[in-house]
Amino acid sequence: MVEIELDGKKVDIAPGSMIMHAAEKAGTYIPHFCYHKKLSIAANCRMCLVDVEKAPKPMPACATPVTQGMIVRTKSDKAIKAQQSVMEFLLINHPLDCPICDQGGECQLQDLAVGYGAGKSRYEEEKRVVFHKDVGPLISMEEMSRCIHCTRCVRFGQEVAGVMELGMSHRGEHSEIETFVGQSVDSELSGNMIDICPVGALTSKPFRYSARTWELSRRKSVSPHDSTGANLIVQVKNHQVMRVVPLENEAVNECWIADRDRFSYEALNGDQRLTAPMLKQGGEWKTVDWQTALEYVANGLKQIKNDFGASSIGLLASPHSTVEELALAGALVRGLGSDNIDHRLRHADFGNSSGVRWLGTSIESLSTLQRVLVVGSHLRKDHPLFAQRIRQAVRKGAQVNAVNSRVHDWALPVANTLVADSGVWVQALAQVAASVAREKGVASPWNVATSVESDAIARSLLGGERKAVLLGNAAAHHAFAASLLAVAQWIGEQTGASVGYLTEAANTVGAQWVGALPGAQGKNAGQMLAGGLKAVLLLNNEPAFDSAVGVAGLQNAEMVVSFSPFKANMDVADVLLPIAPWTETPGSFVNAEGLLQSFYAVARPLGDTRPAWKVLRVLGNLLALPGFAQETAQDVLAEVLAQRGLGGQTAPLQLPASALNNTTSVAADLSPVQGQPAQASIYQLDGVVRRAPSLQLTADARAAQEALA
Amino acid sequence: MERPGNYEIPLGTPFSKLLELAGGVRKGRTLKAVIPGGSSSPVLPAHIMMECTMDYDSIAKAGSMLGSGALIVMDDTRCMVESLKRLSYFYMHESCGQCTPCREGTGWLFRLVERIHGGQGKVADMAVLDNVAESIMGRTICALGDAAAMPVRAMIKHFRPEFEHYIEHKTSLVKTAA
Repeated sequence: MVEIELDGKKVDIAPGSMIMHAAEKAGTYIPHFCYHKKLSIAANCRMCLVDVEKAPKPMPACATPVTQGMIVRTKSDKAIKAQQSVMEFLLINHPLDCPICDQGGECQLQDLAVGYGAGKSRYEEEKRVVFHKDVGPLISMEEMSRCIHCTRCVRFGQEVAGVMELGMSHRGEHSEIETFVGQSVDSELSGNMIDICPVGALTSKPFRYSARTWELSRRKSVSPHDSTGANLIVQVKNHQVMRVVPLENEAVNECWIADRDRFSYEALNGDQRLTAPMLKQGGEWKTVDWQTALEYVANGLKQIKNDFGASSIGLLASPHSTVEELALAGALVRGLGSDNIDHRLRHADFGNSSGVRWLGTSIESLSTLQRVLVVGSHLRKDHPLFAQRIRQAVRKGAQVNAVNSRVHDWALPVANTLVADSGVWVQALAQVAASVAREKGVASPWNVATSVESDAIARSLLGGERKAVLLGNAAAHHAFAASLLAVAQWIGEQTGASVGYLTEAANTVGAQWVGALPGAQGKNAGQMLAGGLKAVLLLNNEPAFDSAVGVAGLQNAEMVVSFSPFKANMDVADVLLPIAPWTETPGSFVNAEGLLQSFYAVARPLGDTRPAWKVLRVLGNLLALPGFAQETAQDVLAEVLAQRGLGGQTAPLQLPASALNNTTSVAADLSPVQGQPAQASIYQLDGVVRRAPSLQLTADARAAQEALA
Repeated sequence: MERPGNYEIPLGTPFSKLLELAGGVRKGRTLKAVIPGGSSSPVLPAHIMMECTMDYDSIAKAGSMLGSGALIVMDDTRCMVESLKRLSYFYMHESCGQCTPCREGTGWLFRLVERIHGGQGKVADMAVLDNVAESIMGRTICALGDAAAMPVRAMIKHFRPEFEHYIEHKTSLVKTAA
């Protein structure tokens, strides 16, 4: 450790640290713009100039390494004078449009100008004007005259998003932040540039001019989309979600969120929302009150149970639903005497649920992996924040290998890709296993010919210390998912790599853990979707988009009940029950690493919308089923925890290792399969993102729409 | 100069000798000032320069730098306001834009001098000009910030009356040579 004196205080700090780090440790604030703890150091704003003893000139705190005995003054005349003059320079060409600037009230320049700016400008010349740019539907670059050229956005692109979409062109006072000749910013993490922009140059296009920051209530939440479980701050005005920004959680999402997490809220305020229960009578949709709707559903379920038996009732749940909702929905169906419960709508191999499938390692550890094998995933688009972590690992020298049906652009260097049609992924993975066996001199369980690529992947996996084999969404949804897992397990055992699933949705792990799976006599999602059910409960999903096989098998059911925040499933459903989206209900999600995170409602339910746990509870009571006496969502969670030996624990809670399991006893079947595994593209993942208008205008979404059409 | 060109001379050669080698200032004119080490080095008025020898110590003692050794010799027909405008334009043009003081400051300096040169100067501009240059110095990543600031400060230091005259009368003190 190095000891320095900072404003008269002794600070111990690791060698190689900068003065800025020492100041952070000592709790001293040094004004800065270009410095960001997650980005490389640029030292170009010069705002953090401090007085270092024996240095003739003021030194930038962000770029001056500490030395033993260094004496730093951050508030001496020399330091303050330097900081004030930098502030004056920053302000001379900065428009004084704070009253109409979206950043007003949360602007670093505005805040620091209070402390370091003069009351009156000495600059009487003309101010610089910078032409606006159109970079796509998410980021507004309408007022680029506000830019202070800190280059945070540029470094974010290069270092975190992995693609340098923004750069600084021209020079001197003509320098401008822009994309390469009129291109758009298409990164799936692009919204983070809005957060890190210290001024109002990059602002949120969907949020523009809709609220002032000080009018917004800030409420914590958890993202309902991918399996990261990104922590959110949802900003609310008049019970309407106006904006979503990240809540920093170093172990989960660091200080980033994906664009999906940030902009999906637009769907919550859209005209697709269902605000009152609806019944289809004589082919016409009629709005009814809750009592009518719930009695209709309860009577319908009783009737169908009487006429066709309990096994003709089934629940198709969503892995985007909360633990509480899934627990109650499962209890409802089981209470009626049916085992037909499943959340695996996109799966094809239903024999692969002998344990709660999970990441196999911690999310945080992804950043420090040295060897990675990703199987059947478009890592960057399926799991933007996991890809970001692996990108950081690659920056530290990690090797990433892939087995995929094509070479994807993950915005990170991939050392080796074994390209194989999804039909022969099991063989392809077995090739890697055979190569590992040969390299190690052990017998391969599978007698397959190796290839140059499989040898290279094997050699890569046998090097390094911290390793992981990660099975993607396409591997999980593969017709031979269990076989893929079996081969992956063998590779993991031989190479010392952890083996796990990236897991598709916010609560994929939670859905398995809480038992949203068919019981012994139950039908799985594939069987239910194939037809044969008389009553179908659709919890928070749309089989037309969310399943591997579509909605056709539900056409012949007597009654289909759609629990959704949206006007969804209108072609197959008989009843639409408006349930609260994640912002309007308390609940919990279990992310890929098995971390159970709870959240509260951040806004009042829209119209007659009700939290799903309440709807299910009332339905349970109407059906006179036992176990529906919970007063709050917390009661539901407490019951779930108590049933699983975790009584008295509270969220956030890491599920014990005993609850999670990626082993399989299935013998790998190497025969080829027909057809492609079901995969949702980035902005088709769930009903919320599908209805978020700005996300649907992105290049990724447009490509998916074209592919569908 | 009568004979501008490249001259190779031993360190320590008196400036007067060098001037003589180059044939002195053009006929009928007198030496006004010299920028001794490239355009970024502080300008020195004739009476100081004539005392100097061409070596690092002597020029540094006089308050400038030998720098690149590229001398700019100016006679009594040169307007210092115009000269500074040209120099400041150069540094504004050369600024890369990476760090704040130089990106913003070089343009400010040029516009101030340009305004004075355009007859729109104010007395208070002199203090601002000097202070802006001072604010750039020593606060940038590379030396271009210093290079832009030094000529401004030296011009004000040695030729303030010429600037003040320009501000007051909206025209140069110097009758420029056509």
